[in-house]
Amino acid sequence: MPKCKYDWPEAGERKLIGQRTSRVDGPAKTSGKAKYTYDVNLPGMLFGKILRSPYAHAKITALDTSAAESMPGVKAVRKIQDVGKEIQWAGDEIVAVAAESEEIARDALDKIKIEFEQLPHLVNEEDLSKAGEHAKAAGSEKAGDPDKAFSDPDVVISEGYYGIAVITHCCLETHGSVAEWTDPDTLKTYFSTQSVSGLPGEIGEALRQAGIDVKNNNIETICQYMGGGFGSKFSPDRWGIENARLAKIAGKPVKLLLERDMDLEVAGARPSSYAKIKVAAKKDGTIVAWQSDSWGTGGPAGATMPPLPYVFTGIPNKLTHHTSVSTNTGPARAWRAPTHPQAALLTMGALEDLAAKLNMDPLEFFSKNADLAGERAEVYRQELRKAAELIDWEKNWHPRGHQTPSHIKHGLGISLHTWGGRGHNSNCNVNIHPDGSVEVSLGSQDLGTGTRTVINIVAAETLGLPLEAITVNIGDSKYPADGASGGSTTVGGVSASTRRGCVDALDQLFAAVAPSLGVPADQLIAAGGKIQAKADSSKSLTWKQACAKLGVKTIQVTGKHPGPCSLGSSGVGGVEMADVSVDTETGIVMINKMVCAQDCGLIIDMKTAESQCYGAMIMGISYALFEQKIMDDATGRMLNPNMEFYKLAGIGDIGELVVHMMTGPGYDERGTIGLGEPPVISPGAAISNAVANAIGVRVPTLPITPEKVLAALEKGGVA
Amino acid sequence: MKRKTQKPKEVAPRQESLTRRDFLKGASVAVSSGLLITEGHAATPSPEPEPVAGPGPVPIILKVNGKPHKLNLEPRVTLLDALRNYLDLTGAKKVCDRGVCGACTVLLDGKPVYACNLLAIQAEEHDIVTVEGLSHDGQLHPVMAAFVENDAQQCGFCTPGFVVACKAFLDKHPDPTFDEVEEGLGGNLCRCGTYVGVRQAVLEAAKSMKGGKANA
Repeated sequence: MPKCKYDWPEAGERKLIGQRTSRVDGPAKTSGKAKYTYDVNLPGMLFGKILRSPYAHAKITALDTSAAESMPGVKAVRKIQDVGKEIQWAGDEIVAVAAESEEIARDALDKIKIEFEQLPHLVNEEDLSKAGEHAKAAGSEKAGDPDKAFSDPDVVISEGYYGIAVITHCCLETHGSVAEWTDPDTLKTYFSTQSVSGLPGEIGEALRQAGIDVKNNNIETICQYMGGGFGSKFSPDRWGIENARLAKIAGKPVKLLLERDMDLEVAGARPSSYAKIKVAAKKDGTIVAWQSDSWGTGGPAGATMPPLPYVFTGIPNKLTHHTSVSTNTGPARAWRAPTHPQAALLTMGALEDLAAKLNMDPLEFFSKNADLAGERAEVYRQELRKAAELIDWEKNWHPRGHQTPSHIKHGLGISLHTWGGRGHNSNCNVNIHPDGSVEVSLGSQDLGTGTRTVINIVAAETLGLPLEAITVNIGDSKYPADGASGGSTTVGGVSASTRRGCVDALDQLFAAVAPSLGVPADQLIAAGGKIQAKADSSKSLTWKQACAKLGVKTIQVTGKHPGPCSLGSSGVGGVEMADVSVDTETGIVMINKMVCAQDCGLIIDMKTAESQCYGAMIMGISYALFEQKIMDDATGRMLNPNMEFYKLAGIGDIGELVVHMMTGPGYDERGTIGLGEPPVISPGAAISNAVANAIGVRVPTLPITPEKVLAALEKGGVA
Repeated sequence: MKRKTQKPKEVAPRQESLTRRDFLKGASVAVSSGLLITEGHAATPSPEPEPVAGPGPVPIILKVNGKPHKLNLEPRVTLLDALRNYLDLTGAKKVCDRGVCGACTVLLDGKPVYACNLLAIQAEEHDIVTVEGLSHDGQLHPVMAAFVENDAQQCGFCTPGFVVACKAFLDKHPDPTFDEVEEGLGGNLCRCGTYVGVRQAVLEAAKSMKGGKANA
């Protein structure tokens, strides 16, 4: 293929791309110097708190805030929802207050008098028969002739029930903002957000609707560091808008970050998915038919059907039905790889049960059916081989139900996943100054994925400079607009815009220095901190000398994505395998080892890329074994809105983890593709399959708690 | 609230940690949903009547990172809120606010404690060291350097708490085994999933700190 101007350097020419670079903001984070939204303290700053509904479904019948308003130290009180409003979930916002201290703000909430008329609620959906009119048919799809395929006497059929509960995001930094009106029509707002460039428009629109005349260009959003988002922090949210309004009323900056209980109850939810699934294969293991009746909830808006069947989309005969259940619970938010972890658990669980019924090794079964995955079949075969090698499948796998006299049963499980990850729209402003300093500026954000580091690497690689020579500016809406960080779209966007901007800026620098070097501009290269002739390295200038030729003129270029030359693509595979031990006396599942074979095109930073996979596997272990938003039928409240009983995996829960990134020919030339979502999709399914392999019976739903393991063993298996 | 200083316990492993609510219940045995809390964690009631502080603000002096700070705080203000809201020391993070996750870990007389689980007035007369007090003149503490090298961080919100807990852990276990690391750091939680890097970083920091080097 002919070389295109902006193309990534060839493998042998890369100095930084693909190496193991430590994240550039690591020192700021480890030393406590990094300032997150929660850490912003401004002179005269007030603290905001919100009164919330204690009921899941209720009408406000009386509301009196006067006692709170007259308290010393209280500077603003705003009724968000007043008498007559119908509340649809517990924790919904009713009154916001701002006061001189957190303590006073909390006292002020206690002084508010409010009465409700309680209405009937539904907060649990696993038992569909109790959902009544909350359950609505939400789509059905058919392909081929499933009835005929299932009635073929030569097929083996497996039927089962599978499910995955609602979990919450539990970002360690709760949602919220610090709002400051620097003058009456100018709002500066520090936000824990995945959408630095998008927020001013959304905030402006909401404030104008509330009668506050403010222009989008007078709103600045800042987020230098953020303590986790995972899909839950795209919107300014009502509390973010209310905080700006409190600050306006009080005439002082206000900090309003959600308390932990409310963050868990209302600011994060991944929809559930439950399904009765029937699958059929020929006796040789070829999958021929799929039928699923699925349902789930994501709060008041219900939940759409996950992509079923997952990965093995080429199953020729398919019938799917989905039911969406609306519940009186905090609304769903995108959760890392929306709908995919659910789809993986339902699909890989059902297929692994089918393999067991066929007495087939699931590795052989999934490899054999890889063609049903379409264009990435060969990638999956390579990844299955690699993962099997890393977990030593051949030695460690046994047929379902570990035949051992010990009460500790050992098992292996597999899951496959896929994701898109095409780069989002991005603008990168590149400035090369006459003193040699370089800035690249993008209205992007680093969620902890390593965005800042990736931008730095691409700029340094392109300009032939060390990392430290580049100033990376992100996390502020005053920089050129960039996409929100969601769907694994960031690395593709920012790496391409930065590459294009730096190539163009370098062209201008070449043009400026060509006369003094006596070499045509198109014969110059930037490498090792110098500008030199391609053919004669003795004809060179140091970076500083070269930039001095600019006189008083700073080079200013904006690189864009999308743009010329293909620098990235979309669509990855990925295979994970889990090795577990199950104690059949206590029901406790322990992770011995998990492996991940993952492709994502050209890797910019191997170290942070691997961290994405390690982190995703750990997050996956957490939702496979521990996490559930437990809702109480009687009160309509979340029973575990704290980190003591909403359990996250700890350092002792993860076992040995191995990551293998697929790189080299066949992968690198695809350019950059996002990685945040894919590796978090498979852990639940791989662990569920490993548990079934260990104890000989399926634990139908996640999280796989000891109680559920013991209940499953009551019905069969090898206790 | 009785104004009495006491020696808080070292950060307990996760399952044994107390909530602030339990703490305030005093010495009575608290049973919360299957977790039996039996240790003498909380104040022992004294037979003598003691002066009661508050409920209004009371003057206190907190010695943080070697420097005394005069503050006027309500007795109900936690050490964490005092550090973050009144001293602008924001390295210790507010995450669970109930003594579970370890993101607010600071050293009290050299021992790691959850700052959200103590009242500021209880920390008076103690030496408090926050993450900001561990690096000097822009030089990273060896634990921090090992965290950077092993990418033991993603969003970084749990990281300062981990760094302080690791420093205290290594003070006590200068040559830890892998199992000791997993047990000793069980009192800190991470959401991004950085434990692989953390395990490696602690073992590496232990090596680099051998010979009493720069373990400030």
